[in-house]
Amino acid sequence: MIPSLPDNRWLLRGRALYITVFFLFLLLPLSVVAVFAFNDSLFPTPPWKGFTLDWFVANSGGRTGLLFDGELLTSIWHSCKVALWVSLLSVGLGTSNAFLLERAEFRGKGLFTTLMLVPLVIPGVILGISILAFASNIANFLYDHWEIELEWLRPGLPLVVLGQVSYIITIATLTIAARLKRFDTTLEEAALNLGASRWQILRTITLPYLKPAIIGSGAVAFLLSFENFNTTLMLVGSDSPLTILMYGRMREGASPVLNAVSLGLMLVSALAVVLLYLRKPKQPA
Amino acid sequence: MNVLAPRRLGLFLLLAPAVLWLALLILLPHVEVGLLSFRERVGPGEFAPSLKQYLTFFDEPLYWHTFVRTALMSLVVTVLALLLAFPVAWSIAKVARGRVRALMMAAILLPFWASELVRMLGWLILLRGSGVVPQLLFQLGLTAEPVELLYHDATILVGLIYSSLLFMLVPLINALETLDDSLIEAAYDLGGNRLDILRRIVVPHAAPGIAAGCIMVFMLTLGNYLTPVILGGKNSMWFTEQIYTQFITRFNWEQGSAFAFLLLGLSSLLVWLGLKLTGQRFADSMRRT
Repeated sequence: MIPSLPDNRWLLRGRALYITVFFLFLLLPLSVVAVFAFNDSLFPTPPWKGFTLDWFVANSGGRTGLLFDGELLTSIWHSCKVALWVSLLSVGLGTSNAFLLERAEFRGKGLFTTLMLVPLVIPGVILGISILAFASNIANFLYDHWEIELEWLRPGLPLVVLGQVSYIITIATLTIAARLKRFDTTLEEAALNLGASRWQILRTITLPYLKPAIIGSGAVAFLLSFENFNTTLMLVGSDSPLTILMYGRMREGASPVLNAVSLGLMLVSALAVVLLYLRKPKQPA
Repeated sequence: MNVLAPRRLGLFLLLAPAVLWLALLILLPHVEVGLLSFRERVGPGEFAPSLKQYLTFFDEPLYWHTFVRTALMSLVVTVLALLLAFPVAWSIAKVARGRVRALMMAAILLPFWASELVRMLGWLILLRGSGVVPQLLFQLGLTAEPVELLYHDATILVGLIYSSLLFMLVPLINALETLDDSLIEAAYDLGGNRLDILRRIVVPHAAPGIAAGCIMVFMLTLGNYLTPVILGGKNSMWFTEQIYTQFITRFNWEQGSAFAFLLLGLSSLLVWLGLKLTGQRFADSMRRT
């Protein structure tokens, strides 16, 4: 069971075997995606026809590599724009919510604390359609009564931002609030005694202390947004973010250029895993 | 209480965005969906309150079959994910150390952060008729011709379990890590066997983590759209697909809203039940994940 206790040799071997098979299962789909990004064939299927970089750099002979696939590059750009807005909004609201949770006292705080967590238990598809229905209702109302047409309330990237932000704010709030909770308030009291104003204290002591959590949750928000599918699918207009475009192409029968773009996503996520999880802070925060 | 609690103006400035967020993006949209679901179109642009959308759901076997099927398969996924993940979580929390442990964590996190689309592309390449596994089976002479491994219920289950492992593993690992090894050693010294230790020490200690993992996995599986649609094709019969069809393809928002409400109801019910059974508070459980 644990290393300090004697254990049956066969049981230990069985466990080691199981763990090995488990991790192979976990990494198998990603490995084939990576391998077939380099296959010299029009389809990401066996047999292996030799190594090529065409699916990254080709722009002739019926092959369009990642770097020349305008539609794909545009969708990445859309995803980046959405993700940037989502992470800015999530971090902003996440920080202010963290102060509400940890510092403020107000009537209905219990209700607020519970309500704030609700977005995490609503399926993404339903978050998407409810925001779609609500936004359309407002847009129709404005148009019917005053002939005001608000384009951003119709399906499109601004609505995608709102849909994603609705639950990513909760995640950012929890991360930032967790760090604020561990903050030693005597530091602020000392600063106050020394004559600092509240604003100075916030700017020079509290926010710098929160910085790792703010940057971390900003990065997480960016990635969550970039990879969101369920909510995005319901709110998307004519401009497709990357996940929606990939979905469309997968249904038509994938070309290896999707493998190429997926390999890129895997490298980014590997970087994120290393930076966010494996690089433990030196001193206990 | 700390001396720097926000004063009146500060409190207002902090509350305003939070209230806007919860009201405009969460509460009112769901009220809207609720209202939509309880009305019926009686003429062009004219609507009347009605229960028709819910009656259609019960009248049409396809709809409630899909609903029940989605719920049951999600339950199976949750149980299997727990059984598959537990030994791995144990090894990571209690046995593996140092570099091996870091690598194991990375291997768990990588597929998750690499997007659901990438994972599904991988399964497509592995399982479709012209894909890696059918070709391999064919060349090894195990099958007479390459078999199509997509579009089966078992395939959907594998894909869903794969997608949910992370959400099971992380709470389990967190829960098992806080279990003091000396408790297990003491139980062993007192003559407890493997099963006793598991049943009377490990599981009770890990119960909050087990509950959190199960709730998370069940909810995410129930709300999954991509995995059943890609791996199950037209025969996936997943309830979120019905919602999508009603909303986006048929433009029948009233019916789609009723479906959404039913799914939300089931999801909330099971989250509530899971918390009730393990005697936990919603807030604690969510913070843990």
